[in-house]
Amino acid sequence: MKTLRRDFLKIAAVAALGWGVRPAAELMAASGGGKSEGLFFASRHAVHAGPNALKATRWAMVIDTAKLTEEVVAAAVTVCHTTHNVPNIPGNQELKWLWETSMEHLFLDNHHEYQPEAAAKSALALCNHCDNPPCVRVCPTKATFQREDGIVMMDFHRCIGCRYCMAGCPYGSRSFNFKDPRPHIEKIDLDYPTRTKGVVEKCEFCAERLAEGKLPSCVEVSEGAISFGDLDDPESEVRQLLSERFSIRRSPYLGTKPCVYYLV
Amino acid sequence: MYDKNKILIGLAVFVVLMTYPFWNNIGSAAYQRPVLEKPKFAKECVEGVEFMRTEHMSMLNEWRDEVVRGGDHEYHSTATHQVFQKSLSKTCMKCHENKEQFCDKCHATVSVNPYCWDCHIDPKGENK
Amino acid sequence: MLEKAVTGTKVYWGWIAFLLLLMSVGAACYWQQLSHGLTITGMSRDVSWGFYIAQFTFLVGVAASAVMLVIPKYLHNYQKFGKILILGEFNAVAMVILCLMFIVADLGSPERLMNVLLHPTPNSVLFWDMVVLNGYLLINILVGWVTLEAERKQVAPPKWIKFFIYLSIPWAVSIHTVTAFLYCGLPGRGYWLTAVLAARFLASAFAAGPAFLILVTYIAKVFTGFDPGKGVLATLGKTVVYAMCVNLFLLLCEVFVVFYSQIPSHMSHLQYLFVGYHGHGVLVPWMWSAMIMAVVGILILIVPKNREQDNLLIIGCLLIFIGAWIDKGLGMIGGGFVPNPLHEITEYVPTQLELGVSLGIYATGFLILTILYKVAIGVKQEVE
Repeated sequence: MKTLRRDFLKIAAVAALGWGVRPAAELMAASGGGKSEGLFFASRHAVHAGPNALKATRWAMVIDTAKLTEEVVAAAVTVCHTTHNVPNIPGNQELKWLWETSMEHLFLDNHHEYQPEAAAKSALALCNHCDNPPCVRVCPTKATFQREDGIVMMDFHRCIGCRYCMAGCPYGSRSFNFKDPRPHIEKIDLDYPTRTKGVVEKCEFCAERLAEGKLPSCVEVSEGAISFGDLDDPESEVRQLLSERFSIRRSPYLGTKPCVYYLV
Repeated sequence: MYDKNKILIGLAVFVVLMTYPFWNNIGSAAYQRPVLEKPKFAKECVEGVEFMRTEHMSMLNEWRDEVVRGGDHEYHSTATHQVFQKSLSKTCMKCHENKEQFCDKCHATVSVNPYCWDCHIDPKGENK
Repeated sequence: MLEKAVTGTKVYWGWIAFLLLLMSVGAACYWQQLSHGLTITGMSRDVSWGFYIAQFTFLVGVAASAVMLVIPKYLHNYQKFGKILILGEFNAVAMVILCLMFIVADLGSPERLMNVLLHPTPNSVLFWDMVVLNGYLLINILVGWVTLEAERKQVAPPKWIKFFIYLSIPWAVSIHTVTAFLYCGLPGRGYWLTAVLAARFLASAFAAGPAFLILVTYIAKVFTGFDPGKGVLATLGKTVVYAMCVNLFLLLCEVFVVFYSQIPSHMSHLQYLFVGYHGHGVLVPWMWSAMIMAVVGILILIVPKNREQDNLLIIGCLLIFIGAWIDKGLGMIGGGFVPNPLHEITEYVPTQLELGVSLGIYATGFLILTILYKVAIGVKQEVE
């Protein structure tokens, strides 16, 4: 009787293990080819874009610092913040998706004081949509995730506001809604949601516009200073620019593989 | 030793508190389905009335995940076989344009408080 | 056994009432936070974690310190610690609950807390922190309660509990290691990006935790006449001082690496903390006080004779505890965020409301600690 029970338990254990391992192995499959959200580990989300959408296998942005005039910078920042209902909150609890900052802050390790007179003193900072994003790695709910086309997205419905991604981002690209943003939005854009207090937000490469076949809004108003396209397509404008001109990225030694390039 | 009185008083307090929803509602009117304002122009919804009445909340949840996480913006209706954009403000509320007379009426009657409009904007801009 | 907690002296009830008062103050402050958001705190876009997360980090260490009693008792058969073991375990329970409350207080959207379970994500260290903290809480409740109940019935504890006691040793190490991994795995945060961080966390924990235990055991002794046994606290004081020495050593290793290598993004944080950076330095006086307290504490407690004297032992433990608290509960998080990755400086000072919430949380933790200690000591005195 006793041996019988022991045998049964052994068989049951092996069966349970096998039953448990197979689907788990499938579900835990991390990156590469993951079609939707993995059950456990963060995986790249497939994009089921419609027929009108702009598509790419790796979106990237190229910013020509020489062409960034004051007007272009102001127009780009304004259009980004107004179309996405980014509130204007003064002080250090501010929110910004796209903003101007000096070259020495952008390129800590690449800057020296003997630049040519004509060299750009400042440029635009935004989310780098890293190929190896630390924010996605640290998020405990997969509220921030990466799509197969490289865009690092935010799911505002799922974010619990732990702000781990803000500590993880080495570019300071993320903002947190310390308070209800609505009273601080001058004119609400009806086509885009606002956020609620207690969630993190950032630039999403205008994923909502790409889905409608439009380029990111900052690119549209940049008068050619900002280019956007598929890094995997040798014919794309971004690839042309990168092959012709010298470009740098922000803190590439961190291994995040940023996909915003700066022409200097 | 066994504090009979204390136990009885405790039990009584417990029973009164637990049955609060019942005796609190004694005398109030029975539930009546609120009359909603129907869309003025559109005739058809993305799905049938019964389905929408019972399932709209889970449908919106699915849309939300499919749009945000899958980049999938197209909804293929099983009722009309048409394609709709998965969007609360751009699709649903284009026809059901009066949030107060449509969404809020039912939600208020059944005491639910969905947080959709904390972020999504009622196209009429009434929830600014 | 819980009935021990509902009978007590006037002092006991006065203390409970005081804690309840503080808790209601904290609740009122937290209500403000719930309705207005984390804007009521001093945190900002650049310093996105503050006092709450720092307290959590520090208290994980205090919780882990129970292992400094378990190891001598169960691995080295040092029976003298048997009597205060339960205090270490119940202390761990209260401290882990404190940690969890501080994490929840820090969340921007606490109503979505369960998303961490609905969408479990093992690539996030925060997921593992949730696992190890809750596991440690359960282990200590189980072990504490079962051994205390056995003691009350004056029988040997059941054999299976040994498994959980041994399990609690690596588990205690894990909670503080994982907590350190929260920080030290982040690129672009030079102050935390060091392999020695987990080791340093553990060292400062094994100093601050046992120091705290010594202090509360003295308090229990004064109010209940509980006798921990001769020389027990002095022995525990040895753990405190050795661990603090290791902590200081590791800090000096850090200082050497950072300043000899001269890498700016690593130097700037230590500069900010100890000498100020580009004219900013709210934490400088705090950090130097912490260092002086740590050194004086070590000088007092390193002398075996001093550890035998109650007064000196208490003073030494107080100094080391407060020193470790400033280092971890103020400097560790603030220092990591200043300057930010763009080398811009935004300083952080907690607001009154933020401190009010923290006060309420601490009061809740101390209420739990008081009740658990009341039960434990009540049972021990009943048995005697």
